[in-house]
Amino acid sequence: MSCPVIQSEQKFVGERSTEFSGLDTIRAPLADIPSVGGVLQQDDEDRAGVSSRASVRTEPIMAQRVSFDFDQVPEFESPVDEDGVHDSFSQLIQEQSHDLHDVIEMTPLDLEEESRDDVECEESAVYQRSDSDGPQQTDHLIGERWSSDTLKVLSSMPSRTIGRSRGAIISQYCNRTMQLRRRRQSRPSIQHFPRSARPSIRGYGMETDSAGFEEEENKRERLVNNLQNLSAGDRVRVLRAMPLSLSEKKELRMLVLNKAEHSVSQSQIPCCSQLKYYIIIALRHGWYGWLSFLSSLQLWQTALKCVGGRFGTGVLSYFVFLRTLLFFNVFLFLVTGVLLVVPQAIAHPDHDQNVTVRSTWGLEVLTGAGYFSHSLLYYGYYSNRMLQTGHSCSAPRNGTSCSSGLSYNMPLVYFFTIGAAFFITCIILVYSMSKSFGQSFRIDKSKGLLTIKVFSSWDFKVIKKSSVKLQRANISTQLKELVAEVNHQELKFPVLQRLFRLFIHTLAWIMCLGSTIACVLAVYYFSEHMHGDLLKRAGSRSSDPLLEEARLLAVPVFVSSFNLLLPGFFNAVAWMEEYDSPSVLNYVSISRNLLLKVSVLGVLCYHWLGRVASDPQSLGLECWESFVGQELYRFLLMDFIFMLLGTFFGEFLWRVFSQKALKRKRKPVFDIARNVLELIYGQTLAWLGVLFSPLLPAVQIIKLIFLFYMKKVSLKMNCQASGKPWRACQMTTIFITLLCFPAFLGAAVCVTYTMWTIKPSSRCGPFQGLKTMFQAGKRWFQELAAVNPDLHWLPTAHAYLVENPLFLFMSAGIFLIVIYFHSQVVDGQRKIIELLQEQIENEGEDKKFLITRLQDIHEGKRGATPRRVKGPSEDSSYS
Amino acid sequence: MGGTSSKLSKDLLSEYQELTFLTKQEILMAHKIFSELQDKENGPYGARVSMEKVLTLPELKSNPFRKRICQVFSTSDLKDGSLSFEDFLDLLSAFSDSATLEIKSHYAFRIFDFDDDGTLDARDLEKLVNSLTGETDDTRLTGEEMKQLIGNILEESDIDKDGTVNLSEFQHVISRSPDFVSSFKIVL
Repeated sequence: MSCPVIQSEQKFVGERSTEFSGLDTIRAPLADIPSVGGVLQQDDEDRAGVSSRASVRTEPIMAQRVSFDFDQVPEFESPVDEDGVHDSFSQLIQEQSHDLHDVIEMTPLDLEEESRDDVECEESAVYQRSDSDGPQQTDHLIGERWSSDTLKVLSSMPSRTIGRSRGAIISQYCNRTMQLRRRRQSRPSIQHFPRSARPSIRGYGMETDSAGFEEEENKRERLVNNLQNLSAGDRVRVLRAMPLSLSEKKELRMLVLNKAEHSVSQSQIPCCSQLKYYIIIALRHGWYGWLSFLSSLQLWQTALKCVGGRFGTGVLSYFVFLRTLLFFNVFLFLVTGVLLVVPQAIAHPDHDQNVTVRSTWGLEVLTGAGYFSHSLLYYGYYSNRMLQTGHSCSAPRNGTSCSSGLSYNMPLVYFFTIGAAFFITCIILVYSMSKSFGQSFRIDKSKGLLTIKVFSSWDFKVIKKSSVKLQRANISTQLKELVAEVNHQELKFPVLQRLFRLFIHTLAWIMCLGSTIACVLAVYYFSEHMHGDLLKRAGSRSSDPLLEEARLLAVPVFVSSFNLLLPGFFNAVAWMEEYDSPSVLNYVSISRNLLLKVSVLGVLCYHWLGRVASDPQSLGLECWESFVGQELYRFLLMDFIFMLLGTFFGEFLWRVFSQKALKRKRKPVFDIARNVLELIYGQTLAWLGVLFSPLLPAVQIIKLIFLFYMKKVSLKMNCQASGKPWRACQMTTIFITLLCFPAFLGAAVCVTYTMWTIKPSSRCGPFQGLKTMFQAGKRWFQELAAVNPDLHWLPTAHAYLVENPLFLFMSAGIFLIVIYFHSQVVDGQRKIIELLQEQIENEGEDKKFLITRLQDIHEGKRGATPRRVKGPSEDSSYS
Repeated sequence: MGGTSSKLSKDLLSEYQELTFLTKQEILMAHKIFSELQDKENGPYGARVSMEKVLTLPELKSNPFRKRICQVFSTSDLKDGSLSFEDFLDLLSAFSDSATLEIKSHYAFRIFDFDDDGTLDARDLEKLVNSLTGETDDTRLTGEEMKQLIGNILEESDIDKDGTVNLSEFQHVISRSPDFVSSFKIVL
């Protein structure tokens, strides 16, 4: 920053050699600035050699002229003023330029003395810097020894007024709107350029100052001008984001609008643009109405507020996540409902309803079999024909020939609906994931934990008194721990203890992994056994139908009970481990639970797609897709029932037990990680099942709504706010990532695999008669090409783009390259940030130095010491 | 100010909507609550509601920064922290869901700047930490801990090393703390 000042000053000096001696007087303080001194000094030596006429008397004038009264109206425009540089020094420069005439001759000896001064000052600055490293030493500028004038100047420094004074805010926004305008217009209008990039001291130095007041009015005027020239949307945005009080904003808006009206009436707009104006106003009103309608749709607003007020942001994040999942399912349901279910329901089913509907209700709701198995719920019900209004064409091939009425190619729609739904979900997920990553992991070194804790740990949403108390206690312990940590850095455990801990951790992991593997094996063999059982019974169909249906529930109950019990076991193990930091505990618990759920789901997928789908005939299944859909329905429902049980036993009974039997005062804490993982598991099932059962999202929606109210009630009755710190934002990021990466991606891979390679049932469903579901699209392309010769390239393009893996590889490669470039850019930005930080530190040094120096000179002036204000010996005392 | 009439005019409502981060529902809700606060006040129908009245709101009642919040948002000349309806809207707007990080951090800075001098110095920080931990003996930090803590805070956040944290430095810290936006919220 200082460099432009110096350079322009040098130019100036060169141009008007008669005046340069006056300007040189400010060189003394400037030259001593640590970051400038070296350059200037070099320059000084040059000039001393070239012209002996360069005689500058420095110190006495400094002493006389550098004063902190700002009521002198500057008459002399310094060259520094016009360019976009920080002009905090311009005041000084100007004051110095008043003294052009009373310059005293300076002897070369004085010059030498000056340069010696410089050296000493530099040394003292270095000393200062090393001194200020300690945290206690940083209080340099707020020491008691300042005179009131200095304090006044200090308090009116731009960096300090910006947080409080109206003028500073206005001027800041004036500059910002200017930038915005320039960006929008892409061609800058020169006459409106701000005089400085930052508000100058002069502008609002002393609020009582009349000149300052005028300047403020000026700035305001300019801000109004700028605002007026912005587009309406930008103006609203800028006004809204201004940290001014509402009445001031109103005033500004009035000014802007008045001005706009004025200029409009001057130019006498034709009626059509007036019409345009009204339309715009009407549109804006409509937009506001739409926005408030949307916000009134915000589901569960009061319930969420209530939860947040009592339990803080951590628990709130669970419920917000639940709501997000609900929206995903509503989207899926809408897509499949509108495109698949409704057309199929309207077009009369040509299924002969000869299926004996055994009415064993109760159980059917649980198993999803029986009555439900031939309903819109499952894949098997959907026809493979062209659904037509008016005509009915029997064969799919002839569909295009009977042209009257609307034709609806069900297989194609089925294929593309599922594909598009997955694609859009994927995009939404990746988008929200990247956004959340951007928010929670900035490209900065993540130091400054203490500061962040102090500045942003208070949760303003918490309004319940006991929770406030708890929050205080939490913050207190955390701060104490952090301070202690900073003091000791690392707690060194003795070797034996460390070994012991390592042993415990290994043991815990072995136990968890072992139990997970055991569980997976159990699921594998149990499902195989049930499969075999089904095979046997397929041959001899007899026995009690009720029992037969109950058998179907065996595997879901088995798996769900594992899902309920094992996390409890993991928690017990983690309790044994005694992790130091709660965040590590969270991550460990999440990874263990995740491992369990993913591997169980993997086994189940193998069971469905490998065992059932490969050989449906021997099972006596007409439609294996419907069977898999039923299985998924059962799993989803069982998962829900076991969640209910878990809530009841795990939260309610445990609370009663611990309060009554153990006489504990504390209620249990809501286990966010585990509950969220259960949600993710359920959602994976729903995504897996969409292909086989298009109405499964509806089931999931009902389940989630129930779950919301149940968890809310249970939370209020049984739980208390957590004592652990919960970094809600990062956790939300992790949950979204988990939802995207293993859950959604896994489901998508399974569905794609099914579509691509597995042969669909030959006697039911929209894809009967095809080798794979994927062929529906291919066949359609071929038909299109056959009907319309212009499109003969379509099948070829399809074959190359979709079926050829090369295209996929290429797009993946491009994607990777883009990612690589971005990471490089981020790296570069990080380096720039480091440089800038260093520069700011230097600036701080400069500021400190200048103020010390000025204060000293001021004091000297007060003391009315003639000629020499300070000897070199005093210099070192500044620090 | 016009906002205190029993019903908000349509123009005023849309103006408020344009100038704050609040939706129509929220403004109407705020108006209802504010009118109730005014009605409770015995005496002349004043445009301002005193700080004591505002602090009876459940949303602010147990907040340790409640007084500072009122003082920061009050435009009263008496500096008594009393709020007009527009001040009240300002408050809600800054604490609303859709307010930007910038405006939130600006007001947070002013709330934490207890002596209103435009920077957070050691005394402000001490008061801030005491408000966070509460004044009871078991939660309060000892003098030694406090000194250490403040030293560390200044070392971490005071980029230009002038011994105080100014607004830009504060915003710099806040921008690295993603949880701030979600926790600096008051919902009516």
